[in-house]
Amino acid sequence: MEITKKGIEFLQKLDMFGDVKRRWIVRKEAETSSKHGKLPFERNINELLDYGVINLDKPPGPTSHEVVAWIKKLLNIRKAGHGGTLVPVHLPR
Amino acid sequence: MLSNKEYVAIMQLHKSADERKLRKVVSEFVGRIYQKPPVRSSVKRVLRIKEVYSIEILEIEYPYVLMWISCQHGTYVRKLIHDIGDVLGVGAHMRELRRVKTGPFKEDKTLVTLHQLSEALYVYRELKDDSLLRKIILPIEYAVSHLPKVAVLDGAVEALTHGADLAVPGVSMIHEGIRKGDTVAIFTLKGELVAIGQALMHSEQVIEASRGIAIKVKRVIMPRGVYPKRWRSGQRK
Repeated sequence: MEITKKGIEFLQKLDMFGDVKRRWIVRKEAETSSKHGKLPFERNINELLDYGVINLDKPPGPTSHEVVAWIKKLLNIRKAGHGGTLVPVHLPR
Repeated sequence: MLSNKEYVAIMQLHKSADERKLRKVVSEFVGRIYQKPPVRSSVKRVLRIKEVYSIEILEIEYPYVLMWISCQHGTYVRKLIHDIGDVLGVGAHMRELRRVKTGPFKEDKTLVTLHQLSEALYVYRELKDDSLLRKIILPIEYAVSHLPKVAVLDGAVEALTHGADLAVPGVSMIHEGIRKGDTVAIFTLKGELVAIGQALMHSEQVIEASRGIAIKVKRVIMPRGVYPKRWRSGQRK
C-alpha cells in the first residue's frame, strides 16, 4: 500500500538527516492502515506545534532558558524545552 | 540531550607558544580525558571521564587559535581550553564559542534565527500563509533521527503509548547493529515517533527470536488513542 511505502521512505529520509548509515532488516513484512495515524510530513500547523522541533540559531547573550521563554510567548504555547543551544525547541504535548 | 556535540571555539593564549608544541599538546587532548567541571557548572564537581573525538586547528593567529572540537555530551570546552593552556605552560582561556552540531542538528538549511521565526509567524497569522512556518517547525521525528530505529506493527502501537515494552512479535523492521543497552527510537510504519527505549536484545536476536521483550520503553511521545487497542484484556467475559 502507498502509505506504508511513504512511511518507510520518511524513515530513510530521517536516517539521512541524522547521518545514520545502518541497513534496515525486515522481521515481518506489514502494511500500515490509513485509518489511524498520519504521515509526519502531512501534519497541520497545530499538530506541528504540539509535536515539533526547531533548529534555532540562538543569539549569543540570552540564555537558553530565556530564549525558550520568548519562543513560548511568541508561539503562544505552554510547553517548550531545549536540548542544547542549537536545538532549543522541542514541544511535547 | 545526551548526544555528541561539535563546537567551533577561539582559544586565547596568554603567552606565545611554539606551533609544533601547540599542535602536539592539542592532540594529547583527543581521546578519553579527565575533566573536573568548572566552579560555575550545573553538575556535581567530581572528576569525570569525557571523550573528545577530534580537535582540528583551523587557523592560528597569535594569540588566537581557532579550533573545531567534536566531543561527548557534557564536556566543558571552556575547561578543555583552560587545561590545554596549562599543559602548554603559557595559560589560555576561551575567547568565543559556537556550538555547530548537537545530535542530528547542525548548521544546515534547517537552522533558523529568531527573526526568521518571528517573520514566519507574522506571515502565518496576518496573511494566513503557513508555508514559511511549516519549513521552520520540523516534525518531532527529526529530533531523534540520529538514533538507531525500529518500526512496529500497527497493532503494537497503542500498548506502547500505555507504557508497555516492545515485544519481539510487534517488530516489523529494525536497524542492523543495535547492541543491548543502546537507546532506540520506536516508530510506526508511517514514520511517526511512538516512544524511545533501551534495547534488551541485539538486532539479530530480535530477528531470530519468536518472543521476549526487545525494547524497554523509557519515554512515550505519541498520545494515547491514535491507534486502536489490540491487546487482550486480563478479564474474561
